[in-house]
Parts: sequence; structure tokens; C-alpha cells
Amino acid sequence: MADLTTNFLGISSPNPFWLASAPPTDKEYNVRRAFEAGWGGVVWKTLGEEGLPVVNVNGPRYGAIYGADRRLLGLNNIELITDRPLEVNLEEMARVKADYPDRALIASIMVPCEEAAWKAILPRVAETGADGIELNFGCPHGMSERGMGSAVGQVPEYIEMVTRWCKQNYDRPVIVKLTPNITDIRKPATAARNGGADAVSLINTINSITSIDLDNFAPEPTIDGKGSHGGYCGPAVKPIALSMVSEIARNPETRGLPISGIGGVTTWRDAAEFIALGAGNVQVCTAAMTYGFKIVEEMKRGLSEWMDEKGFARVEDFVGMAVPNVTDWQYLNLNYVTKARIDQEACIKCGRCYAACEDTSHQAIAMTPDRTFEVIDAECVACNLCVDVCPVENCISMERLAAGAVDPRTGRVVQEDYANWTTHPNNPMAPQAAE
Amino acid sequence: MTHPLTPGVAAGRLTTEEIEANFADLHPPLDQHEAHVAADRCYFCHDAPCITACPTDIDIPLFIRQISTGQPEAAARTILEQNILGGMCARVCPTETLCEQACVREMAEGKPVEIGRLQRFATDAMMTRQGHPFVRAAATGKHVAVVGAGPAGLACAHRLAMKGHKVTIYEAKEKPGGLNEYGLAAYKTTDDFAAREVDWLLGIGGIEIAYGRMLGGDLSLDALREGHDAVFLGIGLGAVNALEMPGDAEAANAVDFIAALRQAGDLRALPVGRNVVVIGGGMTAVDAAVQARLLGAENVTLAYRRDRDRMGASKFEQDLAASKGVRIISNVMPVALEDGTMVLEYTADVDGRLQGTGERIELPADQVLRAIGQMLVPLGDLGLERGKIAVAGAGRSGIAGVWAGGDCTPGEDLTVVAVAEGRDAAEDIHAALMQA
Repeated sequence: MADLTTNFLGISSPNPFWLASAPPTDKEYNVRRAFEAGWGGVVWKTLGEEGLPVVNVNGPRYGAIYGADRRLLGLNNIELITDRPLEVNLEEMARVKADYPDRALIASIMVPCEEAAWKAILPRVAETGADGIELNFGCPHGMSERGMGSAVGQVPEYIEMVTRWCKQNYDRPVIVKLTPNITDIRKPATAARNGGADAVSLINTINSITSIDLDNFAPEPTIDGKGSHGGYCGPAVKPIALSMVSEIARNPETRGLPISGIGGVTTWRDAAEFIALGAGNVQVCTAAMTYGFKIVEEMKRGLSEWMDEKGFARVEDFVGMAVPNVTDWQYLNLNYVTKARIDQEACIKCGRCYAACEDTSHQAIAMTPDRTFEVIDAECVACNLCVDVCPVENCISMERLAAGAVDPRTGRVVQEDYANWTTHPNNPMAPQAAE
Repeated sequence: MTHPLTPGVAAGRLTTEEIEANFADLHPPLDQHEAHVAADRCYFCHDAPCITACPTDIDIPLFIRQISTGQPEAAARTILEQNILGGMCARVCPTETLCEQACVREMAEGKPVEIGRLQRFATDAMMTRQGHPFVRAAATGKHVAVVGAGPAGLACAHRLAMKGHKVTIYEAKEKPGGLNEYGLAAYKTTDDFAAREVDWLLGIGGIEIAYGRMLGGDLSLDALREGHDAVFLGIGLGAVNALEMPGDAEAANAVDFIAALRQAGDLRALPVGRNVVVIGGGMTAVDAAVQARLLGAENVTLAYRRDRDRMGASKFEQDLAASKGVRIISNVMPVALEDGTMVLEYTADVDGRLQGTGERIELPADQVLRAIGQMLVPLGDLGLERGKIAVAGAGRSGIAGVWAGGDCTPGEDLTVVAVAEGRDAAEDIHAALMQA
């Protein structure tokens, strides 16, 4: 049986599933329920500075995107950081940590971009016994208008500066939470590392408007006829998060920097994918908000089952295993030639592959009057669209042409060796043969 | 109250509550969420097999997609453009042998997209809001006679009216709708839907219905041709095939039994036998047998002369009958009805010919219903094909200016087929009239 215990930045937790700083971790009551349900750790809902707490809207704060049968695919929120007094949160954190010493408890913090503000709050957080802090440089709504959240996260110099203040004034691990609302995620991650961050966590939510009410012509969620962009999360954002995590894992300047993976983690499989791309653990929010805390049970059992199948005894055994296989387009093997193959036994004759290929791709699927669909190898560029649109899993697959075979589309013999764009004769930048 | 086991033919075998439950909607309407879930199962197939399987060529994937994007009324328009009786067809079409049989999910999982119920969801949405979705073209000054206010006649009349022609429908009975009103099982079309649908259809304007006018009675084809620019015959099959056996006179027509049931104000007042035997194997036979059970008959037997798989009624209808407690005996033919006993003889297929085997069975029979087919009552000079009006192209009969469609012409006797034939004849009539 696989051991799910993780040791992230020296912080031990019984499993790699932490609840992200968000509504589910705003109060002692919720966090105790989460720990009872089996979560490995929580990042407490973001704390603000001492004084009057922020206020939230009093109308709806979430919007949603649905798939079939109202399955929630994407959630958007305009909630701010905790709207409860700092003192109350700190007292609760201390009590919870004392009662659950084996679980990870991280304090998320967002205070103004002044050293005094950070100096003021950090010792108080340290007193709670929290295992570390996470700097919220990510929230894209509300707080960013006041110069905090993603307003900091979008300026690498600020990230580095604030991270450095924290490292100087706090002696436990510092995690920097990154916003995806930037052009190149490597820049803020590098800044965090330069500031001394122990880890980065990503992604925070993405700027979004989930929908427009076409009767009132206002964004959803609508507050008295108006709406504001919010932060998008849930299964829909996972591909964006995976890509950003992989870039940090691959980037020479940030390689090896521990990552806490966030963004649409809903099942054990999502978690395994983040970890394979270099994350040391994952943080979850939307899945818990959709299904309740019990969902962690499937994640734990599923990950354990899969690790047993693969022979991984501990989570760190497969951290980053997919990173070496993430490469740049120019290094992809152009001698890897495949053709689509349709399993006629599995085919239900819906014709979606035909419509997709005929209308939008390469006219590489033939259709007979009795609705038999066959791939025309001489036209098939192996784009995979037919595989993607086919409603039957494994009905269409890609088959590799063996070296020595002739590709009927190009008339060329498939080569055994690896060759990529960097040396391709069509590439003007390719090294020229000596004259 | 009459006891359920009262011998002979008697009314009131069941309580009002039992009758209401028995005759409730066979396929209750989908609510909005159910419709969205059902619609989401559609794959939006290329050159979809369901469209090919629909006699009226409704663009099924399109209307289902319109439902899933929250526009059931727009979906209804897509349906009604092709089939103006799309509401009734959603209820009574044997979808299991048409669109839903062709659905790729039927092949994939044995569970097709619920096209019929989705069609009903869409058409109900439109009809609930009232108002008629189509607008008449400018008047053409042409006047067309349509004989029969059944599905073929109504579809033809509506399409002609939409094109700007004036239409008079001559209907022998006192109500419109044809078999939608007088045939079909009551549990397929509840709440007086047939009448409501005709009212709604007539909302197009330009259609007048003259009741109590029967071709061959006070109406002649010659007179119709003289008084109108074109004639469409959408008449029903007036004669019922007799059982060739002693005692046939003691039996009744299943179609009459069904018509009486459809028109009854109080189903408890309708007499039904304790032991009922229905002879036949088509949809009419099943409709009669099931409804006899639902009225409270203790034993209902459906006797069919060939194998089950040759029955005109679909597998779904056969299973429905079985689930309601109808006993289906196949490979038997009627021999005699005497003194309340139905005598049947087993049959065998010998070199393609059906013959009695000599083995007989006797069933107590307070009520015997004939459902072995109907015939067209011959009409003057019209050429016939297999006993029905011979037509070429879009319903052109052998007589110039006379078109025909529906049950009186060759082809499957289904509401949806009749609608297609009426609609196509109307287009042909329109083209002919506009050319002249």
C-alpha cells in the first residue's frame, strides 16, 4: 500500500491534498470538518491587516459554467479575502493547529505593499504555530484595485521585494502564490525565487466573466444590475494550470523550486498529473465547494491505487517524472508518422469524424452510403481531431507507421532516426552544410 | 359499482381513480431539466440517420440542439416547418421503428436519444404559449378542396393555406382530426390534444371545414373538381375486413370500439367484456386490446395468425400489451364464434402458405374485436393499386387536378406518413396552380 505522506518544504502532511486558501478555509468550523474528512492540510483563507476587515458584496458572489446535466465545469468568484477580524482568525488557527498537529496549516496573507505592514503581521502569524505562510499575489478582483493581490503578482520586482521582507521577518517556509493573469509565468516565479521563496503555488484564479444575462445585459453574477470580472477556477482551468506549472518546472532559472499545484484538481488523476509535472503537492478548492469535503476520500484512494499499480511507494517517487517529456515544438520528432485507424466494430456510425475532417481538416475520411467511415491514408496528416471528436473512447486511434514504410500522403519512406525542425531543410535558421 | 369479475359485457368495472391512472399519459412530458439532459445525449451526427428515418424529414439534431441551447419554441418551429402535426407525431409515432431505431445511440447502447419525448417538449412549449408560428402568403385567389380532416388532409390544407390558397375541408364526421381524434389509444393523446392541435393548426387562417360532408354521399368528385381549382383526397379506410368464420356478425370492429372510447365523456360508462378476444396483430389490435384491459376486462387475448415477429405492432407495442396483462397468442386463426366461445386453430406456414394444423383452442369471449385490416371504399373512376388510390409523384392520382395521400393511398398507414404525403401533395398542387 502506497504511503501518501508528503513532506513539502519540511512540512509534513498525511497526504498531498491541501485545501487552497478560499471560502472553504475561512473558519475554524470548516477547517475542523475538513481535517475530520481527511484533508492533508489547509491554506487558511487570506488574512488582511489589523483593523476594520474588508467587506464583501451582499449579493451573489459566484458564477458558473456547466457541462452536461449541470455538471459544474468552471466557477467564478468575486469574494475578497477574509472579512472576519484578524484576531479571530489567528486565535482559531492556533486552536486548530494545536488539535491537528499532523496536518499542515498555512496562513495566506495579503497586506499592503509596505514593509511595515508585513512586519506587523508576520510575528502574529508565527505565534499561531502555523507551518508556513503563502503570499497571496494572485487574487484578480477587488483587492487588486487597492494595489494588492494580482496587482503585486503582475510586477516581478514587487514579488521579489515582498518575498524578501517575509524571509527576513519570518522563519518558516514562505510560499508565493502566483497569478496566471500575466504573459509569462516564468518571470514572477523567477522573482519569487530571487526573493528567497521556498516554493511557489499556482495558479490563482483567472480574470473572467462567466456569462452575460441577456435580459438585463449585465455580467453574471449580477449585483443590482452590474457585474464585475471575477476569478475563474474549477476543472475548466486545469490545462492552463498544468502548462504554467510545467514551464516553471522546466525553466533553468526556477528548476527545482518546489511547486504546490493548483487549478481544477477534481480527482486523484488530476493530482497525479500536477505531481508528474513537478508539483510536490496539490491544493483543491472548487471540487470541495462542488461536492463537499468527502471528495478527498476518492482522491486519496485513487492516488494510492494508481501508485500501487505503478509501483510507487511514496509520492516523491514520481514528482516531476513528466517534466523531461515536456519540450519545445521545435524538438518534436518529425519522423514520427502516424495515421488514424477506425475500429469498425466499435464505430457507431455517427459521422462526427467525417464532418470534422471533411469540413474543418484534411478530407481524409471517406464515407460510404451505408455509413462506413474509412481513413484515407494519402490525405491523413494524423491531426487527431477525429480521435478527439469521436464519442466512443478508443474507437479511433493513431497508429505509427513503421520505419521503412511509405507514407502515402508524402510518398516518402518513414525514417527510423529522430529529426526535428532545427535541422529541417525548410528551416531558414537550420545550420547549413559547409559549402 | 359493477364487480370487476361481473360476467358478460358491463360498464363500470373499475373505480374512477383506477380508470384515471390507467389512462394517464403513457409517456409523461419531460420537465426542463430532463429535457436538457436528454438533449445533451444527441451527438449531432453528420447526415443523421434519424432524419433519414423520419418520414417528414425533420432536422432532428438541429431541433434537439435548439432545446439544449434553451430555445424550445425555436426547436418547435424547426419541427413544425416539416411536420405541422409534430405535436401529435411526438406522441403517437412508433419512434422505436423510426427515428429512435436509427439513432446511433440505439446501436451503441441500446438506449436511443428520446427523440419523441424531446419533440413533445418542444411542441408543447410552443402550443402552451398559444399563437400560430406561421404566416400566410398573399392570397392567390385559388380555392382547393380537401376531402377528409385527418392528418393527411390537415397537413395538406395547412401548407396550401400558408401558400395563400383558400381551402375548404370536407369532413364526413362531426369533428376534425381523423384517426387522431377517433383512432389511437387514449393514453397516447390525453387531455383532448387532438382537438386542441387542430384548433391551433387552423390558426394559420384561410381554412374552412365543412362537417358532415362525405364523398360518395352528398359529395361527388366531379362536383368538387368543378367547384375548385384542385382537389386533395385524404380520406380514411371506411370498411373493416370481416373474419371469415361463422359468428363474424357477433364480433365488433376494433376501430369502432376505439372510437367510442376516444369519444366517451366518462370511461366508466363504457361497457367492456370480462373476457375479450382481439383478432389481429397490428397497432389497432394492440390499442384495442390494451384499452380493453385498462377498462377492466379480466382476460384479454390478442390472437394473431402468424409468428410474433411478423406482427404489424412493434416490439415496443407488444411489450406494452404484455405489461398491461394482455395475453398474446400467435400462430392461431379464427374458426368460429359461438355461444360466447371463440374457437381458434393453430396455424403453420407450409411452403409460404398459412394452413390450419387441426389443433384448436377455445377461449371464453364476451366480446370479440376484429382488427385484421381496413379497406378503402371504392370511389368512382380513380385507378387503384393494391386496393388503394394509385398515385404518382407527390400524390397525383390518375385524374387531372386530383391528388391523394394518407391511408387511402399505398404506403405505411402512419400519422407521420400521412402528414408527409399531405404536405408534399400541397407543394405539388401549389406548383401546378401557380404554373397555370
